[in-house]
Amino acid sequence: MGKRHWILLGAIVAVIIIAAVLWLFPKERWGTVFSLLLVFGGLVALLLRSLYAKEVERRIIFLFILVAVAAPILFPITFTEKPTAVVQAVFDKIENLPSGSTVLLSFDFDPAMAPEVQPMANAISRHCLEKGHKVIFMSLWATGQALLSQSLSDYILLGFPDKVDGVDYVNIGYKAGNEGVLNVIVSNFEKMFPTDVNSVPLKDIRIFDDIASAKDVDFIMSIGGGMPGPKEWVLFVGDPGDVDVGVGVAAVVAPQMYPYYPAQVIGILGGVKGAAEYEYALKDAYPVFADMDTPGLRMMGPQTLAHIVILSFIVIGNIIYFRGRRERKQ
Amino acid sequence: MEAFFEHFRLWLAAFLTLGIFSFLYKDNPWYKLTEAIFVGISAGYWFVVLFWDNFHGKFWVGAGEYSINWVVAKLTGAQAPPPPDSSIDFMLWVGAFLGLLMLLRLVPKIGWISRWPLAFIVGSTGGLWLINYFASNVMVQAQATMVPLFSSAFGTGFDQNADAVIGALIIFLGTFSGLVYFFFSKAHTGVFGGTARVGVFFLMITFGASFGYTVMSRMSLLIGRIDYLLGDWLGMIK
Repeated sequence: MGKRHWILLGAIVAVIIIAAVLWLFPKERWGTVFSLLLVFGGLVALLLRSLYAKEVERRIIFLFILVAVAAPILFPITFTEKPTAVVQAVFDKIENLPSGSTVLLSFDFDPAMAPEVQPMANAISRHCLEKGHKVIFMSLWATGQALLSQSLSDYILLGFPDKVDGVDYVNIGYKAGNEGVLNVIVSNFEKMFPTDVNSVPLKDIRIFDDIASAKDVDFIMSIGGGMPGPKEWVLFVGDPGDVDVGVGVAAVVAPQMYPYYPAQVIGILGGVKGAAEYEYALKDAYPVFADMDTPGLRMMGPQTLAHIVILSFIVIGNIIYFRGRRERKQ
Repeated sequence: MEAFFEHFRLWLAAFLTLGIFSFLYKDNPWYKLTEAIFVGISAGYWFVVLFWDNFHGKFWVGAGEYSINWVVAKLTGAQAPPPPDSSIDFMLWVGAFLGLLMLLRLVPKIGWISRWPLAFIVGSTGGLWLINYFASNVMVQAQATMVPLFSSAFGTGFDQNADAVIGALIIFLGTFSGLVYFFFSKAHTGVFGGTARVGVFFLMITFGASFGYTVMSRMSLLIGRIDYLLGDWLGMIK
């Protein structure tokens, strides 16, 4: 069969598939189905190509990843993200603290890490405020302070217009010094943070009436993934101060945090998957958050499809490798 | 005017994002320009942040301004500033002096002096970390690796549920066999070699999990940028 015949056959199959999709699926699902067909059809084509021992151009791989990521963003695919034990532990900790407890949330990340950890930071902040906890926001990263302020004004506080700065929450901002900051606040907050971001002295802020150091807060949640970040919170505050610490980390750091669970950290939110699970748990437990923006859950569609594509490429790569090895032996 | 700048911001961010992505096709001047802008802005941003937070926020407010005013008053015969209160910490001059020594690296003949502040940083960081690191990353970790499977009153059954017992055994086996693999003073043969091979499997699973998480991490960043391009810039997301 010549090349022209193959093209003709391909065109006929494509027309049949398009007709079947248009007939079988409702209009609002067409985008999703065609995207999936494009990705999986392409993968099958590459598999066949690999069976004929032909290499795949690296730009083709990039193109596939682009389509696999862009398609579920344009035509959303959502999954049920049942919380795993490590995520549920953080949720339960915040849920079971008595209303009015003090929770410290540290935004230890920068814009590059934000797409991954910002969703979990927002979800946990909302959970704490909804439960009536007093929340101390801070950052160990210079770039985290701007993201924290933006997060508070643009997302978190929009749903809590009755919450009062200094009474229900406070933003004490960023201080340079990395783990040195933690080494000080584990014994004295005011020494390192004399004022909040609005230059209000800490002694005039009601939240700090009963809080002298990080040891006095009921729960610490560090969200980040670099240094200083969650690990430093465990080493310099959680362990020496005997304070419960939970961590929300960029996925690349998550494997490094698992050895600390459950003795030194009570739970771990690993990457966008952890964020999605937390958002799911929050929406499930609180109907008030039913219409909440859930970027974590939204990102799991592209994540899943991209992972399938990458796994497929690993399989195809191995087929090419073993086939080549067998041919070399012969 | 505000709308113009909003649009300009959107287009500029899209231009720079596409510039970085253009490297995937091949190296090109657009990518080089974007890369240079990124490096320049990062350096500038950090310089400004560190200047205002460290030099001004800590040293100048904490000791520098008061000390300079005091010296100027003494030299000119003007009224000296009031005695320092608790907010003034003259120890900050030590840090400033060490910082100044660090800049001597720019003078080749006496550049070696910059090693002193470096030695101070290395020594103080080591001292700060040593105890915490040993306590948290060695003692507590070792303790968590060897959790008791049975209750204190031996014979009354397992102290934990089956999942926890199996988990504890796997952690112990993985840690032990992993350590055996890295013990090179004995040939990896026989039972010892078999244990080391089990350790290799645990290491491979660990690396696999790390790789999986890394893929997820990088994909999240890509999704963030595609979300920006398709949503914020092109307005294609409903």
